[in-house]
Amino acid sequence: MSKATRLTRRAVIVGSLAVTGGLAVGIYALNRDWPNPLEEDLPEGAVTFNPWILISEAGITLMAPHTDLGQGIRHLQAALIAEELDVDLDQPEVTVEPGPAAPAYANRALAAEGLPFMSQDQGTVATIARAASARLMGALGLQGTGGSSSTPDSYVKLREAGAMAREMLKAAAAYRENLAMTDLRTERGTVILPDGRALPYAELAEAAARELPPREIALRAPSQWRLLGRPMQRLDILAKSTGTLDYGIDLTREGMVHATVKLNPRPGGDVLSHDDSAALAVPGVSRVLPVSNGLAVVADSTWTAFKGAEALVCDWGPAPFLPEQADHWAALATALEGPPEKVWRDTGAQPDRPGMPPRDYRAPYLAHAPLEPLSALIHVTEARCDIWVSSQFPGLAEQKVAAITGVPREAVHLHNQYSGGSFGHRLEFENIIRAAEIGTAMRGTPVKLTYTREEDMAHDFPRQIAMARASGQVADGQVQALDLAIAAPSVTASQMGRIGFASAGADSQTVAGAWSMPYALPALRVAGHAVADLAPVSSWRSVGASTAGFFAESALDELIHEAGADPLAERLRLCDYAPARACLEAVGEMSDWGSPLPEGTGRGVAMVLSFGTPVAEVVEVHQTDAGLRIAKVWVAADVGRVLDPVNFENLVQGGVIWGLGHAVNCEVTYADGIAEPTNYYAHAGLRMPQAPEIFVRGLETGAEVRGIGEPPVPPAAPALANAIFAATGQRLREMPFANFIDFA
Amino acid sequence: MKIGFTVNGTPQEVEVAADMPLLWVLRDVLGLTGTKYGCGAALCGACTVHMDGEAVRSCQVWAEEVAGREVVTIEGLGRPEALHAVQEAWVEQQVAQCGYCQSGQIMQAAALLAETPAPSDAEIDAAMEGNLCRCGTYPRIRAAIHAAAAKLEG
Ligand code: FES
Ligand code: FES
Repeated sequence: MSKATRLTRRAVIVGSLAVTGGLAVGIYALNRDWPNPLEEDLPEGAVTFNPWILISEAGITLMAPHTDLGQGIRHLQAALIAEELDVDLDQPEVTVEPGPAAPAYANRALAAEGLPFMSQDQGTVATIARAASARLMGALGLQGTGGSSSTPDSYVKLREAGAMAREMLKAAAAYRENLAMTDLRTERGTVILPDGRALPYAELAEAAARELPPREIALRAPSQWRLLGRPMQRLDILAKSTGTLDYGIDLTREGMVHATVKLNPRPGGDVLSHDDSAALAVPGVSRVLPVSNGLAVVADSTWTAFKGAEALVCDWGPAPFLPEQADHWAALATALEGPPEKVWRDTGAQPDRPGMPPRDYRAPYLAHAPLEPLSALIHVTEARCDIWVSSQFPGLAEQKVAAITGVPREAVHLHNQYSGGSFGHRLEFENIIRAAEIGTAMRGTPVKLTYTREEDMAHDFPRQIAMARASGQVADGQVQALDLAIAAPSVTASQMGRIGFASAGADSQTVAGAWSMPYALPALRVAGHAVADLAPVSSWRSVGASTAGFFAESALDELIHEAGADPLAERLRLCDYAPARACLEAVGEMSDWGSPLPEGTGRGVAMVLSFGTPVAEVVEVHQTDAGLRIAKVWVAADVGRVLDPVNFENLVQGGVIWGLGHAVNCEVTYADGIAEPTNYYAHAGLRMPQAPEIFVRGLETGAEVRGIGEPPVPPAAPALANAIFAATGQRLREMPFANFIDFA
Repeated sequence: MKIGFTVNGTPQEVEVAADMPLLWVLRDVLGLTGTKYGCGAALCGACTVHMDGEAVRSCQVWAEEVAGREVVTIEGLGRPEALHAVQEAWVEQQVAQCGYCQSGQIMQAAALLAETPAPSDAEIDAAMEGNLCRCGTYPRIRAAIHAAAAKLEG
């Protein structure tokens, strides 16, 4: 076992607090360079300059190791490399691949937002801790996609990778032609000589790989960019518009059989007994196998496997957590009565005169339910295992597969796929574990495991349930104090526990998006309360901020109304972080905030800072005979730099629709330990007729380049609740809102 | 049973159970995986194909019902090098995020435009309501349908 693996097991916490064991940082050689994985099995005549670039006679291959879940990160990684390498992504000889799973592809930005520092805190201690976290993550070699960290992780690193190779290629050309480096330029995969001749990179690559890498690389200024910052056609757009992109669920292998699983609908529960005679009698079904928490059916087609699974008769054990929903809410309420796990923010003294009476807010469990059901294609032999699947933690997935199949870790190869959505679902390993179990029993035969929609939703580790209690003070038309206590199960502990990582300390996700709110209130207190024994939970698009952001921005809105102030003007008065202010100002201007509205119409505003990205949203709702209609949304987000403007707009619109849709009509509830719903008859979010017009503006005032996949989600629910209050006078403190009012 | 029908203009004969949904005949038997499985219950529209020119949910059509019919899937609507106007609009608007719903969205939109060449927003809402997009690409789908309508008119 490598040093790094031992370190992972022992010490480290990702997400909540990376630096507990973190000051264990100094013990290990943090600046170690992981080997370039492309050097293994390097094709004849190919050379590699660094883990992201491989050049051969056949062409130029760029590695884009962050997993593409629909956020377009494969394209963006390729564009970052191409910008400095001086290749164009439409060149036929340029291909982009996800690459193998390897520690060289560690995500150094993954834990930064889990540190106990507010992201707007640029002080020395916070800065040092972030640098330490990045070095620790690098040393761990943990390849992961999540936390809106892919762009921050890639922004400098991949441009440097491109520039490094470009300079080495130029050096080789200079040597060969006896010219000075400064006489050369590069364009479309060639070095151009002063006489106009263009030498293809492929011709220079072998000599270039022997050049010393440049000691320092000056990256181009954004004003010199050819690709980044302008509308680009995403690499996958054509395939995704013609049905020609293969997702994991679409793959086949020679001699492949199909499989599905039927698992105890109480997640984590056992199989007490089963009868498979009816399943085996379904024509086309060949085997029924045990897997963790259930059974697998192997058959000659997906549908036959589904039919076989339906015919299984099973006696399931009880749920290993509180089985009834009402008890989950009661546990949260009890936790709020008890002492906090941690007070995350306590500025000013909470006045001891009576103020706004305490108000309770609730946010339910939610499923990820991406449209592509879980699947995995696996081929286990004696000496090797290949698995084709989309995973946000490909290296950890390989470890799990190795442990189950008994195939040595180095002989397990995960081929990472484009995913049909994830929203956090593919941070988990449920499908991978079952596929490995089935593949081991079927050694020698490739097997494709496909979950039914129902199995997928029944075993979707949901978003944390959460509850909050808020009170506060107003005086002289201003908000003076907010006291917010939030109770939730620890998503970090639940998720990291399944990975096999230790987790210690209070979970910052319980209060994410609330404790770091950039408002200079005279008195502000935010406390997190821990709750154990609820359903296992996982990261769901924007994680803690999806619940805590709703609580914070709803409670603040109530106080602003109580003060008789304007919701936007008072937020602007309080806001003490320039990029967040800029977002609030932008949505005010875009929505013409304050302009008169007809009867039955209302606007609400909310701003949440999550993953370092402030996002402000104004939602406008109209009362109609058919119910409340969400008509328009204006959004401003500050990511420091908008690298791919079309995709940026698409992701922001999608994030808003995600946030609104789940606030309106989605919840997962447990009865007898079983999750409801199990298909899209509910929990669909918005559909076309409900989707509002969404106007997006990307701001670039922040000092750091930030992600945009998750941050548009948290403000959507409170902005909607605040708009509903403005239109109807009804204050909704519990999601989903459709339980309380009708939507058109 | 043996079932004969036409897929994307090519006659096909398959030997499958009478009640196997068309979705799985296409995906597992004929290898046409552009048509997607999302819910298996007429709730998401990912499996939408054209049967005799009409948009249908292929997860709800049994193999025996397809006998003698003409089926068009996303692969038959247009190809990367010869796009249908709807696909062209989808590429230009860069509609897809994960893209998993988009085969179904495109087939549904193409059927709408064949029937209603210049649909209003309300007609788009009505036609597209059954096609779920968990990524929330609806604003771009709407824009792409209007753009495709203009192309087809033009
Ligand atoms: S798979 Fe047919 S409608 Fe969802
Ligand atoms: S693009 Fe992902 S479900 Fe529609």
